[in-house]
Amino acid sequence: MLVEKAVALSAILFVLGTLGALTRRNLIVILMSIELMLNAVNLALVAFSRQWGDLAGHVFVLMVIVVAAAEVAVGLGIVIALFRNRESVNVEDSSLLKW
Amino acid sequence: MIDFLFYVFAALAVAGALGMLLNTRNAVAGALSLVGTMVALGAIYVLLEAYLVGVLQILVYAGAIVVLFLFVVMLLNLRQDEFSPERLRITKIVSVVIGALVGIELLVLLPAALGPAAVLPEGFGGYRMVGAALFTDWVLAFEVTSLLLLAAMVGAVILAKRRID
Amino acid sequence: MVDAQTFALLRWIVLLPLLAAAVHGISLAWLRRPLSRWATIILSCGAPILSFVLAFAALLKLATLPADHRYLTDTLFTWMGAGSFSADAAFLFDPLSAVMTLVVTGVGSLIHVYSVGYMDDDHREDRGFQRFFCFLNLFLFSMLALVLADNLVLMFLGWEGVGLCSYLLIGFWYADRWNAYCGSKAFIVNRIGDFGFLIGIFLLFWALAEVDAATVSFRELAAALPKIAEQTVTLPGWLGWLPGAPTWKLTTLIGLCFFLGAAGKSAQIPLYVWLPDAMAGPTPVSALIHAATMVTAGVYMVCRMSFLYAEAPGASAVIAWTGVLTAVLAAVIAIAQTDIKKVLAYSTVSQLGYMFLAAGCGAYSAAIFHVVTHAFFKALLFLGSGAVILAMHHEQDTDKMGGLRAQIPWTHRWFGIGVLAIAGIPPFSGFFSKDEILLSAHLAHGVPGYEALYALALATAGLTAFYMFRLHYRTFAGEFRGTSEQRAHVHEPVQWILTPLALLGALSFLGGWLGPSAAFTSWLGVDPAQSNSFANFLAPALHGIHHEVSHATEWALAALALAVSGAGILLATWLYVWRPELPARIRAAIGGLHRLVANKFYVDELYDALFVRPLVAVSEGLLYRTIDAGLIDGVAVNGSARLVRGFATGVLRQLQSGYAQAYLVVMLIGTILVAVMVMR
Repeated sequence: MLVEKAVALSAILFVLGTLGALTRRNLIVILMSIELMLNAVNLALVAFSRQWGDLAGHVFVLMVIVVAAAEVAVGLGIVIALFRNRESVNVEDSSLLKW
Repeated sequence: MIDFLFYVFAALAVAGALGMLLNTRNAVAGALSLVGTMVALGAIYVLLEAYLVGVLQILVYAGAIVVLFLFVVMLLNLRQDEFSPERLRITKIVSVVIGALVGIELLVLLPAALGPAAVLPEGFGGYRMVGAALFTDWVLAFEVTSLLLLAAMVGAVILAKRRID
Repeated sequence: MVDAQTFALLRWIVLLPLLAAAVHGISLAWLRRPLSRWATIILSCGAPILSFVLAFAALLKLATLPADHRYLTDTLFTWMGAGSFSADAAFLFDPLSAVMTLVVTGVGSLIHVYSVGYMDDDHREDRGFQRFFCFLNLFLFSMLALVLADNLVLMFLGWEGVGLCSYLLIGFWYADRWNAYCGSKAFIVNRIGDFGFLIGIFLLFWALAEVDAATVSFRELAAALPKIAEQTVTLPGWLGWLPGAPTWKLTTLIGLCFFLGAAGKSAQIPLYVWLPDAMAGPTPVSALIHAATMVTAGVYMVCRMSFLYAEAPGASAVIAWTGVLTAVLAAVIAIAQTDIKKVLAYSTVSQLGYMFLAAGCGAYSAAIFHVVTHAFFKALLFLGSGAVILAMHHEQDTDKMGGLRAQIPWTHRWFGIGVLAIAGIPPFSGFFSKDEILLSAHLAHGVPGYEALYALALATAGLTAFYMFRLHYRTFAGEFRGTSEQRAHVHEPVQWILTPLALLGALSFLGGWLGPSAAFTSWLGVDPAQSNSFANFLAPALHGIHHEVSHATEWALAALALAVSGAGILLATWLYVWRPELPARIRAAIGGLHRLVANKFYVDELYDALFVRPLVAVSEGLLYRTIDAGLIDGVAVNGSARLVRGFATGVLRQLQSGYAQAYLVVMLIGTILVAVMVMR
């Protein structure tokens, strides 16, 4: 019972994170939405790990957390470099990779 | 009792997420809403008997990653008017559609009933068992993630370094 | 079977001229340093003379061989090999090719020497002298490859080679567009014939392959032909109007295909139109290629394939009739021509018709005999006309000549000998060979309507005498009709020119005694078995039809032919010497008819309207503009490029917006799809 509710919550959080990543124009907020999506995935992993009594889920969650940390570090580094060049964190201002 | 607690924390998590999303003026406030979400999720982990993960969630996620966000926000000194005004309607519609699709898919994939949960051994989710698994069955992943962290460290330093012009 | 005798010097007969041409080619085209005049003369005249010497030596060796193994071979290398089939670069020297080789190298050498004197007058371009001899040598190589070839494939190589050299030499003074056009015309009409030749080769090969006797070598073909001699082909319904339909002998069909090739190369109806225009080339070219050698290649080919025509009576009949009709038509046209070389060109067409008449009646040795004598006197006539043209400073219209007898007496004499020979006056050579042909027509019971054949051939003999004497009188007799400065320029040509004329004159006089029939030699006391030596010599190589005929008949026919020729000569003398004002009055009286004949019956214009113009229109309008430029270029190539470009610009490019979130959308769509597929 609890597990199913947790998984439903995970789905809701994931959708919210997707919406945020698609809608917002601030780079920082987009990164935060991505973190939200990762958290939702973690929740699902933990729930299923509880359901079947397998510790692999917990280990996976730890790996995700590490990756998320690394990704945030590098991503924010990019944001800083970008800000230095353009004086803006608007994602629309850095759309040079087009035709 | 556990159910009640779960609903409380779930509501907190969703509220925090919405708070981050809908906040268009204050970046710091958004980050702090995210913290709230993280903490609520940590509590839910504990309810799901993932004790170590729950603690680490609060320590690393809420305590380090979001703080890193806050650092950057303050470093860049983003003010209110830096935030974007009205967005193109089409993009909002597309986003909502995609979001709906994702949601439907996830909920469709949701198993109708999972059946009873397995009986957990003593100490499941505690530091002892997780640590043992981490250092025996999953030791390769463990080592690789340490390399990943090294790479991330180097990358972040290089990217954010101030040029010496 | 006794192994064929090999004679390793045979290859040098063919290769020496090729080497000479190669040296010229390298010096002109690669090194760009022309040889000196004497070097060119020695190289280019030396090669054919040496070839002649070698051919003569081979002939002597040939004569020592017994009659049923009278041939020499020489193989260079295997050219094409596939399984058990092979076509070699190999040469065959049997009596037939011996005769042809001697004629080609002998007359060829004389004409090479003549060209030294003729082309020295060429001030139009430097290096014309050496280039001319390069092409002449190349031609000689091709012609010798043709006549000495041991198989159909090598013969075809020579065949095409002489066509090419003909094109090169006709259009030698290429700066003048008309000359280039004439060269192209010759080449293209030849190619139409070559198509027939090729189809013939393929059909023959295919038919023999079906009976496991696939070969292209002549000796093997002759041996294997009986296997397919009785096969028939069924013509498709729409060809039912042809005689003998719907079933034809296969050999007849093959024979007709080969004859198409011969008609192209030897200027018979309907492919003769290139020869008169080929006179645009220098006169030695006309003499060598379009009188003595190349045009006789068709006759040679028919005689070489005599084993085939012996089994194809239908094809032989077609050949005989085509030959005689061509002879008559060309003779009629020649009556009204005023250009020296045009008269001689139509005369060549007419005499070639005689040769095919003989071949069609089965008298292949008579045809070859006429080839030999015709080479002598026609080369003499052309070379003589060249001397006249030089004397008149490149004027070729006989309307402006006349009375040259006094000023260029030697040219007059040698030319006169040629005229007597072609008119068939004994004891000149033309009498004997023409008589053999008329005899064969008279005896050709296998050809339908052979009496008419004989009558037409006889009439043509009279016409021939008439127009040749007409030409002679218009050129040399009477009053000079040209300008006074032309008169001042007239002079006897140099020794380079006169010596070949003299030699050819002697040959035209004596050549007939190569092979007179027994009827003529009996009163000289010659042993009958020794006479007709020419025909006897050639007999092992040919599958001719032999007739027994009484000497009395031969004498009677000879007398009749002489009478007809005499009548022609008398008429010409009356019109052009005794009453020179008559021709103009006659021309005025029959104005329309004269115009028709003088304009060659408008055949060229007919071909132009029927074939050339529609073909050019289709090629340019339909094939080039519509299909090539419009469809293939415009739609397929450019159109598809435009399509891709439009798609890329209009659709695909818009996807690269640069917005990360747009990319995220696409990613999520993809993820959803993958998840859905996994869940199925």
